[in-house]
Amino acid sequence: MRELEATPESAGGQPEAGRGSQFRPRLRVRRAIGAVFAALCFAATLFGLVVLVVLLVDVWRDGAGALSWDFLNGFPSRRASRAGIKPALVGSAWMLLLTTLFAFPLGVGAALWLEEYAPRTRLTRLIQLNIANLAGVPAVVYGILGLAVFVRTFALGRSIVAGALTLALLVLPVIVISAQEAIRAVPNSIRLGAYALGATRWQTIWHHVLPLALPGILTGTILALSRAIGEAAPLIMIGALAFVPFVPEGPLDSFTVIPIQIFNWISRPQASFHQLAAAASLVLLVLLLGLNAVAILLRNRYSKRY
Amino acid sequence: MGQSLMPAEEAAASAPARESAGVLAEAPAMAVPGGAAPTRESPGPLFRSTSRRRLQERLIGGLLFLCGAASIFTTLGIVAVLLTEAVGFFTEVSPIEFLTGTEWTPLFVPRHFGILPLLCGSLLVAGGAALVALPVGLASAIYLSEYAPDRVRRVLKPALEVLAGIPTVVYGYFALTFITPLLKQIWPQTDVFNAASASIVVGIMIIPMVSSLSEDAMSAVPRSLREGAYALGATRFEVATRTVVPAALSGILASFILALSRAIGETMIVTIAAGATPKLTLNPLESVQTMTAYIAQVSLGETPFGTLEYKTIFAVGLALFAITLLMNLVSLAILRRFREVYE
Repeated sequence: MRELEATPESAGGQPEAGRGSQFRPRLRVRRAIGAVFAALCFAATLFGLVVLVVLLVDVWRDGAGALSWDFLNGFPSRRASRAGIKPALVGSAWMLLLTTLFAFPLGVGAALWLEEYAPRTRLTRLIQLNIANLAGVPAVVYGILGLAVFVRTFALGRSIVAGALTLALLVLPVIVISAQEAIRAVPNSIRLGAYALGATRWQTIWHHVLPLALPGILTGTILALSRAIGEAAPLIMIGALAFVPFVPEGPLDSFTVIPIQIFNWISRPQASFHQLAAAASLVLLVLLLGLNAVAILLRNRYSKRY
Repeated sequence: MGQSLMPAEEAAASAPARESAGVLAEAPAMAVPGGAAPTRESPGPLFRSTSRRRLQERLIGGLLFLCGAASIFTTLGIVAVLLTEAVGFFTEVSPIEFLTGTEWTPLFVPRHFGILPLLCGSLLVAGGAALVALPVGLASAIYLSEYAPDRVRRVLKPALEVLAGIPTVVYGYFALTFITPLLKQIWPQTDVFNAASASIVVGIMIIPMVSSLSEDAMSAVPRSLREGAYALGATRFEVATRTVVPAALSGILASFILALSRAIGETMIVTIAAGATPKLTLNPLESVQTMTAYIAQVSLGETPFGTLEYKTIFAVGLALFAITLLMNLVSLAILRRFREVYE
């Protein structure tokens, strides 16, 4: 690319200028402006990365000291030195499991319908537009919905199920959109081949389209779920508790999750609790890193199949 | 999105043809195994179940449609919930007071229900975030799309997207314990909770959104446009700013609007770092309260179900939903027009 810039200028710009025309290439000035601009753009790109590093170092410096086995395996306490995140960890695991259970089949089903079945009607366009819009609805609004529908109307209370259903609705549009992309990437020749052998539409999808699209679908789903795991606002809305001195044992128990535990600790004025918040943030970041690593692995491993 | 529907539409259009072709194909197929292996009892059952298979197909199609329709129910649910409770709220508080009042004190007497202070807080934070995210995001999009060698881009782009994956509570922690002390060193009068630190961090959070959507838009600009500009003697800077950016302007604009809508809807960062003092101010160093932070604050407290305080959540939620919905729709509309240009 760099040569591209030089050639047209030296070829077209300089000789023309000498013939008394009004055109003055001012190449040196323009190049200088270009260099400054390029440097600025590069700096802007680095800015994001520098902030990321600063953030990670900051959280590590504050929190690493509080990390210990007792912290992972302990219960919340009014004394900072004794507090742990076991209930929050278990709560987050429950949340992850149930949210996947609710959102994954529904999301893949919706994506399949939109890509493989949907007729060209206004309804289809409306559904597609609606999904794109839902992806932009703020998380608190989903929290309000969960509070009114799952906690009150369905009388699920402030339970794990109510939280997971809320989070499932929150991540559903993201799953649908990424699953659609994965399904769309399956070459049409594969579908035609299956049809030619007499397979029905569902047989084609189940035996050919889905297996090929699955790595992409899983990658998108995992990324969407890692968003759900880091989310606190909708769960605060439905009333996840900040102080849960027990490990939830069933889907109808009340619960807390790591982000809410972090929020609770940040909200206290004492610095010792801030340290705990940083330590819990580290745990959460490691968890997310793990999820993302799985997603990237899946993508790299299977993305070159066709 | 217009583009996204194409394969499905094609599939749907040719579906009846395919199905009948499938049925026809079965007839000769039945004859072959029947002739080749006469000792077998009957090859029939494998093929005779066409009607059952059709029924199964119908059922599955219906089931998948329900999955697709679930999204409609989600939207209807959101609107219904917000409207019913908000109507209850507006029978007690006049909408005019709600929309034009300049004081928001619903939790203590004398009560005032003017949303303007909350709106002001939200806009102050989103405006600050825009100051950070729009120039930085656009510049890094230009770098990634126009300057970066392929190998560098493949490293930088995912690295930048990690920023979007950091949980918002962690950002809140960062704002409160890192950015705020930093601001205090520069401006000692800064409040512990202030709009500036929240908006800086919200801005950082939405940088990847701006940069990756804008970069997509710029990458979609046909190479011939760039080459034409180079052929006329433009430098790379001129190609980037006078050819590529204008050509991708609608996509860039859409990314700006989406990112702003995200900033307005962001909850945890502002709840942690921006404070809980609803006021009409443009001073970013003061404590404010955004719409989202108010909603979170009420649900954190012990507000009894059905009271007027409880209903304020829904009224404010409705305003928030309306604002973000409008922005999302505008951004999608811009995007769709843009896509039609190059197809």
